[in-house]
Amino acid sequence: MGLLTTIDYQNIFTRVQVRGPDDLGVPIAKGIYERGTTASHNYWFGKLGDAQVGPFYLGVWGLLSIACGFIAIEIIGLNMLASVNWDPVQFIRQLFWLGLEPPLAKHGLNPFIPLNEGGWFLMTGLFFTLSVLFWWARTYTRARALGMGTHVPWAFAAAIWLMLVLGFIRPIAMGSWSEAVPYGIFPHLDWVQAFSIRYGNLHYNPFHAFSIVFLYGSVLLFAMHAGTILAVTRYGGEREIEQIVDRGTASERAALFWRWTMGFNASMESIHRWAWWFAVLTPITGGIGILLTGTVVDNWYLWAQHYGFAPSYPPVNPPVVDPALLPGAR
Amino acid sequence: MSTQINSSIRFGAIAAAALGFGMLLAGCQQNPPEATQQNGYRGVALEQVQSPKLLAKLAEANQAPEVVPPGDRTGPRASQVYQNVKVLGDLSETEFTRIMVAMTGWVAPGGVAGSDEGQGCSYCHNLNNMADESKYQYQTARRMIQMTREINSNWTNHVGATGVSCYTCHRGNPIPAQTWFTGGGHPKNLADGGGWLGANNGQNLAGKHVGRASLPADPFTPLIQFAETIRVTGKTALPTAKGETIAVAERTNALMNHMSESLGVNCTFCHNSRAFAEWKDAPPQRVNAFHGIRMLREINANYLAPLNTTYPATKLGPEGDAAKAYCATCHQGAQKPVNGAPMLGEYPELGAPRN
Repeated sequence: MGLLTTIDYQNIFTRVQVRGPDDLGVPIAKGIYERGTTASHNYWFGKLGDAQVGPFYLGVWGLLSIACGFIAIEIIGLNMLASVNWDPVQFIRQLFWLGLEPPLAKHGLNPFIPLNEGGWFLMTGLFFTLSVLFWWARTYTRARALGMGTHVPWAFAAAIWLMLVLGFIRPIAMGSWSEAVPYGIFPHLDWVQAFSIRYGNLHYNPFHAFSIVFLYGSVLLFAMHAGTILAVTRYGGEREIEQIVDRGTASERAALFWRWTMGFNASMESIHRWAWWFAVLTPITGGIGILLTGTVVDNWYLWAQHYGFAPSYPPVNPPVVDPALLPGAR
Repeated sequence: MSTQINSSIRFGAIAAAALGFGMLLAGCQQNPPEATQQNGYRGVALEQVQSPKLLAKLAEANQAPEVVPPGDRTGPRASQVYQNVKVLGDLSETEFTRIMVAMTGWVAPGGVAGSDEGQGCSYCHNLNNMADESKYQYQTARRMIQMTREINSNWTNHVGATGVSCYTCHRGNPIPAQTWFTGGGHPKNLADGGGWLGANNGQNLAGKHVGRASLPADPFTPLIQFAETIRVTGKTALPTAKGETIAVAERTNALMNHMSESLGVNCTFCHNSRAFAEWKDAPPQRVNAFHGIRMLREINANYLAPLNTTYPATKLGPEGDAAKAYCATCHQGAQKPVNGAPMLGEYPELGAPRN
């Protein structure tokens, strides 16, 4: 009992670090690759999560994914390095500015174009997409091998949907690879801003609004749930799964807290469905919003004004007329 | 006891980290404190964020020079008194001399450091024969006076009654401090994607004319020199015609970044930022900016770009083009160049030629 009272989790920064014998996991069916049988421990990993590192499982999908991802990052990196004349100092100094641009607009959807006019970009897109899809297969097969549900792979698939809309589906719908997002830190942010300006302010895109709601909602749910569980760890609340079927005082206190403060509470089980749906709906709705932009709607501000989705505000400045419309305009 | 020491060390470390993070964030503010001025309907963030400290520095840097005392407007014309006076010949002799004296202070008080191009009068003139046209500076100055008069008489929708003088751009430098060449300072071999690897389409480096963004480094060649369309936003709610590409929108974004940086203002100075393209709710300053862009197109095409055949090769850009003007050339970070000093009022000689 004395031991138990000294190692409870009750702070935002916990000092407890569980370090037992290596846990090599449940038995699984034989694959092409055996699961690794070695594990080590790392004190600093233990500060963040479990101190045990490994055993690893690479597998066919993992190998393919890493190989394709390596090729994609090599193409991006070498193009960036070449764009500063192979100067390592400038490469580091301007790293956030460097980028790999999508094909020139004149090439449309032609996949066979000069390397330096977008060919490298298409090649990167192919390998990058393959890498992500192979990694998806890895999460799916590994979840299955452990007899788990496939919630993680499907949540990952929601993010892949948004990625494919941006780089593959929408460019095809628009008839040009030039519509894809450049690779690069600032270049992709500039693309986002230019995209919003081009299509009359993306904030008036209702699916963009949905996506923001789910994104911020995810953050809110995450904070509420994490805060609740940390607050009742002193009553064993971190054993959430046991508390789903065998509700204890931690669960009851947490539930009462939320009923007191907002009249309603999620259950130990349903809170995870809330979180999962909010998370996956963020990229799903976002992807729909991107896909509609340019294909179905050309100016979201005008669209929102037309349907009363965006308010009109009283004028503050004296009215201004577009000088290009006046006689004698030059 | 040792636990207490440990935890106070830990607390100290956390406090130091928090303080450091706070200082890091504070460092993101360029010139604290900042003042916000609302200039649109409440709650829609139509406001100017400015640093009083920076504004004071700008006001200091943009002081107008002392005015040369006005001359007698009567008497024989400069064209009758001096030889080879092709511009400003309509002025009186004293007015003409006044402008020559003022120009010397505006443009070439000290000449170019480390060059033998002369200084003061001799920067443009052969002192043995003031009518000698042989110096390229002489030919350039003649064209620049014509340009100044063109701006002051035909571009009042941008410069108003304030007008411009040589000083508006030159500020005591033979070549204005802020000009642009085709390419925007990108190394040529990279910008044109000459090789088979590493094309950056003229962007994706910290562009020094576009607010250090990774946007196209030279939006001026297409949008100012070739007068291509700046308006990229969809004109109708639903698609009706093939619109502009994102790359073209980035070009406009780069030009707008330049304007914002050059005038020291936010986007909302000219735009209702919830609908950049709409004129309906736009601040009136946008009309002025519109005419400024057209003015730049004209003076670059008719006056500045053609001087590439007049200048020596050392004064040309990497593509062999002459230095050209953009917003920063006059504004130099200030909303009103030279603090809005009435250049034309003080130097009416620089207005439309008199008959």
